[in-house]
Amino acid sequence: MSLQVSDLRVYYRTLAGDVKALDGATFSIADKEIMGLAGESGCGKSTLGNSLIRLDGRMKYIAGSVNLDGNELPIWDKTGMNQFRFRDVSVIPQYAMSAMNPTCKIGKMTEELLESRGENFREIKPEFLRRIDLVGLQRDVLTRYPMELSGGMKQRMVMVISTLLNPSLLIADEITSALDVSTQRAVAETLVSFRDHGFVKSMMVITHDMSILYQIADSILVMYAGKLAEKASAEQIISSPRHPYTRLLVSSLPEVGVRFAERRLSGIAGRPPPLLNPPVGCRFRDRCPLATARCVEEPPFVDVGDGHTAACWYADTEVSAETPLESAGAR
Amino acid sequence: MTGTLNADTKMESVSGSPTNEPTALPAKKASGEFLYFAVRSKKFLVALGILIVLIGIGIFGPIIDATDPVAQNGIAMQPPTADPGNWFGTTYFGEDVFAQFANGLRATFFVGLLGGGLAALIGMAVGFIAGYFGGWLDEILNMVTNVFLVIPTLALLLVIASYLPSSWRGVPFEAIFIGLTSWPWAARAVRAQTFSLRTRDFVDLAKLSGRRGWKVIATEIAPNMSSYLFLTFILLFGGAILIGASLDFIGLGPHEGMTLGLMMYNAVTWAALNLGIWWWFIPPGLGIMATVGALYVMNVGLDEIFNPKLRDI
Amino acid sequence: MRRYFGRKLFTYTLTFFIAATIDWLIPRFMPGDPVAGLMAKQGGLSPEGAAALAQYYNNLFGLDRSMPEQFINFWIALLHGDLGRSVYVHGRPVTEAIMGAIPYTLALLIPAILLSWWAGNSFGALAARRKWLDNTVLPIGYILTATPYMWLGLVLAFVLGFSLRIFPLSGGYGFNLEPALTWRFFTDLVAHWMMPFLSLFMVMFGGWAIGMRNMIIYELESDYSRYLEALGAPQGLVRKYAFHNAMLPQITGLALQLGVIVAGSLVTEIVFSYPGIGMLLFNAIKSEDYFLLQGIFLFIIIGTLLANFVVDIVYIMVDPRTRVGMRGGTA
Repeated sequence: MSLQVSDLRVYYRTLAGDVKALDGATFSIADKEIMGLAGESGCGKSTLGNSLIRLDGRMKYIAGSVNLDGNELPIWDKTGMNQFRFRDVSVIPQYAMSAMNPTCKIGKMTEELLESRGENFREIKPEFLRRIDLVGLQRDVLTRYPMELSGGMKQRMVMVISTLLNPSLLIADEITSALDVSTQRAVAETLVSFRDHGFVKSMMVITHDMSILYQIADSILVMYAGKLAEKASAEQIISSPRHPYTRLLVSSLPEVGVRFAERRLSGIAGRPPPLLNPPVGCRFRDRCPLATARCVEEPPFVDVGDGHTAACWYADTEVSAETPLESAGAR
Repeated sequence: MTGTLNADTKMESVSGSPTNEPTALPAKKASGEFLYFAVRSKKFLVALGILIVLIGIGIFGPIIDATDPVAQNGIAMQPPTADPGNWFGTTYFGEDVFAQFANGLRATFFVGLLGGGLAALIGMAVGFIAGYFGGWLDEILNMVTNVFLVIPTLALLLVIASYLPSSWRGVPFEAIFIGLTSWPWAARAVRAQTFSLRTRDFVDLAKLSGRRGWKVIATEIAPNMSSYLFLTFILLFGGAILIGASLDFIGLGPHEGMTLGLMMYNAVTWAALNLGIWWWFIPPGLGIMATVGALYVMNVGLDEIFNPKLRDI
Repeated sequence: MRRYFGRKLFTYTLTFFIAATIDWLIPRFMPGDPVAGLMAKQGGLSPEGAAALAQYYNNLFGLDRSMPEQFINFWIALLHGDLGRSVYVHGRPVTEAIMGAIPYTLALLIPAILLSWWAGNSFGALAARRKWLDNTVLPIGYILTATPYMWLGLVLAFVLGFSLRIFPLSGGYGFNLEPALTWRFFTDLVAHWMMPFLSLFMVMFGGWAIGMRNMIIYELESDYSRYLEALGAPQGLVRKYAFHNAMLPQITGLALQLGVIVAGSLVTEIVFSYPGIGMLLFNAIKSEDYFLLQGIFLFIIIGTLLANFVVDIVYIMVDPRTRVGMRGGTA
C-alpha cells in the first residue's frame, strides 16, 4: 500500500476568518512504514491526521489530493468517504478514553458497528477475541460497559476495534499523551506489533513526544505552523537533523544522564506565528538563527540529499547534533 | 491572548488581532469578549429588547396613564378600539384594562425580582455550603433539598397562603414566600457545580495560602461560576413569575393592588369567557408569556455567549 | 440496588412525614384563627348557639387538646384514611370527595404527560436533524413552554369554545346528562376533556421538544458519536445511540417537572371548571374548607411521591450505568 498526499490544505472556519492550520502538505508513506508526525501544539499535525479520515465540524477542505493504494480519497465528501473508513483508513482518536458509547456493552457496540458496515460479526468474532488476548485484556470485557474499564484498558480496546478490519492506513492521534511512561511503552509496542502481525499496513503516529517516535517510527515528519518542516528516517532526524527547527527541537530534548548544572535545557525562544494571517515566507524565520532576507521567500519542501526532505534554504549545511544551534531569540 | 492557536480545538474565541507579544489582562479581555459576542447574539438582543419594552411599560405605564386600575370609570366591557382613553378596553366593571396591565406588570416584575432573588440567595447559600464543605453537612442539606424538591411548590404555597389573613396577602409577602419555597432546584444545581470546581487547583492554592471556608467560596469558586449563577437567577426569576401568577389565579394572591394573575382570576370569576371579554384576560397572559419567554431565550443566548462551544458560526 | 431503593424509599417516606407535618402545623402557627374565620360566616347566632358551634369546631379541629395529642390524633386518623369532613361538600368525608375528583384529574394528567412526552421528544429529535424543522420547532417550543398553563387554557377556551363553539366551555360533562355507560355520555365526556387536555399537552410538548433537541445535539457532538462516524457508521446507528443517551436526562427531567405539571393541571381545571382535584381545591379555598384543603394537599404529595418512584424505577431500567455503579466497577 502506499499513501500519497499532495499539497493538502485544510483550514478552520472561525468568526474572524480562516485559520490556515494545514497549508500545503506533500509527502508519502510506503507499505509497512510507520511514520511519526511530530511538532508542537498547534502545528497542524492533528489536523492533518484527522483530515485523512473525517473532517470535523469546523474544518474546511481547501485543496490537495490524497491517494491511498491507488484510490483517490474524497476527503471533502462525507458520505463518499464512508466506504474507505474503517476498512482502508482507520483512526485511534485522541479521545480514545471516551470514544465508546457509555450506555452500551462493548461487545454489543462492536457487533452493531460491524453489522452496520456490512460485516458478519459471527465470522469476525474469533479473530476479535484473539486480538483482545493479544493486547492483554480479558475476554469478558465484551460484556462490560466502558465505565468499568480503566483508562489504559479502554485505550487498548479502542486500538483493537479500530484495527479489526485490517486497514491499510492507521492514524494514531496522540495515543500516548495521557498515559504514564510504562503504559506508554506498552501501547507503543502494541502499535508496532500490529504492524508486524499484518493487522495494519502502514501507520501515521501523531505525537509531540519525539522520544516515542524514536523508539517505534521508521520515519519522522516534523511540522511547524501548518507547514512541513522536514522528513527523514527516524535515525536521521534525531542524529543529523537538517531543518533549523528540527535541530533546535532535538537539541532541546533532555538527555538521560546529563544534569541541569552541566548543560542547561535550551528551549526555542518566541512563539509560533498566528495562523489567521500567517507571515509571508518561511513561517519559522522570526525565531530562526539562520534566517536571512532570503527567507521572505517561502522555501519549498524538497529533497536536500541523504534521504532528507526539508523546507529551508539552508538545509544542506552539514551539522550534527554535537554542535547544537543557539537559538537567536525572538525578533 | 498570544498568537498561539491550537489548531486542534474549535477556534471560536479568536478576536482577530494577531500580535506577537502577550496582550492585556484576562479580566479586561473577558468583559470585552462578552460585549463583542453579546451585541452579535440575535437571541440575546431580541430577548433583551422585549424585556426592556415590558419593563418600560411597567415603570412608565402607570405614570403616563395614571388611571387607578380598580376605578370603575369607563363604560363596562368595552373592546380595545372603542374608547380612546382605554387602550386595552374595559372590564366587566368598567375598569381600564391597560392601567391594570401596566400596574400588573410592575407587580409581576417585582415578584420575579424579589422571589427569584431570594430563592437564588438561599439556593446559592445551601448549594455552596453543601458542595464545598461536604461531609455530614452535605448529607443533611442534600436530604433537606431532596425532600423539598419533591414537594410541589405550588401545593406547599397553597397550604401556606390559604391560611394567611388578608393583612399578610400583599405582593411583597407573596414574593417572599415564593422565594422561601423555590430554592431547592437552584441549590442542587449550585451544589453540583461547586463540587466540580472544588477539586480544582486554584482552590487548593487558595487554601494553601491560608484562605478559609467562606472566603474561598466568595473569592475563588463563585466568580468562576458567575455566568452559571446569573443564568440560574434568570430561570428563578421566570419561575417566580409563573408561580406567582398561578397563586393569584387560584385566588390566593394579594387583595389590593393589581397583578397579572389577579386580572385573569377576576376575568374568570366574572365570566369573561362566557361573555367574550377577551381583552381582559388575553393581555395579562400575553405579558407573562412574553416576559418568561424572553427570559428563557435570553438564558439560551447568554449560554451561547459564555460558552464558546455553543456559538453558531 | 437494594441500597439505592432503600435510600429512595427513606427519602420519600421522610418527605411524606415532613409534608404531612407541615400540613398539620401551618394552620396552627398562622396568625389568625380558622375557627374564628368560620364563625364569622355564621351570622345571626345567639350567644349560646355561637358558643356551642365554637365548641363543635374546636372539637372538630382538635384545638381543645394539647399540641402533641393533636399531632398523634392527626396521624392516627391519617393512617386510618380519615381526613376529616368537608364543609364544602356538605359534611361528606374528605376522602370521598377527593376520590370522586381524582379520576377526572388522572384522566387529564396521564394521557397529557405520556403523549406530550412521546410527541415532544420525537419532534425534538427530528428537529435536531433537519434545519428547516429546527427553525420552526425551536421558537414554537420556547413560546409554548413559556406560556402560563392557565392562559393557554383561556385562549383555547375562547377560540375553540367561545368563538368557534367546537368544544364546551366548562364542566366534566353536559349538565343535561347523567353519568351512564352509554356512547353518548362517553363522547360528551371526551368533548369536555379535550380542551383541558390540549392545553396541558401543548405547554408540556414545548418543554420536551426543546429539551430533547438540545440533548440530541449535545449527544451528536460527543466523542462516541465522532468515533462512530470516523469508523464510517451510518447515520442511523449514530442517531440511535444519541437518541437513547439523550432520553436519560429527559427522564430525570420528568421527575423534576412533576411539581410544575401538577400546578399546571390545577389551574387548567379551574379555567374549565373541570371537576378534578384542581376545581375541588379552588372551591375549598373559596369556602375556607380547611379539612378538604389539607386532604387535597396530602393527596397531591402522595401522588407526586408515587410518580417520582415510578420514574426512578424506569430510569434504573433504562440506564445501565446505574446498575453497574451500584455493583461497583472494576478497574
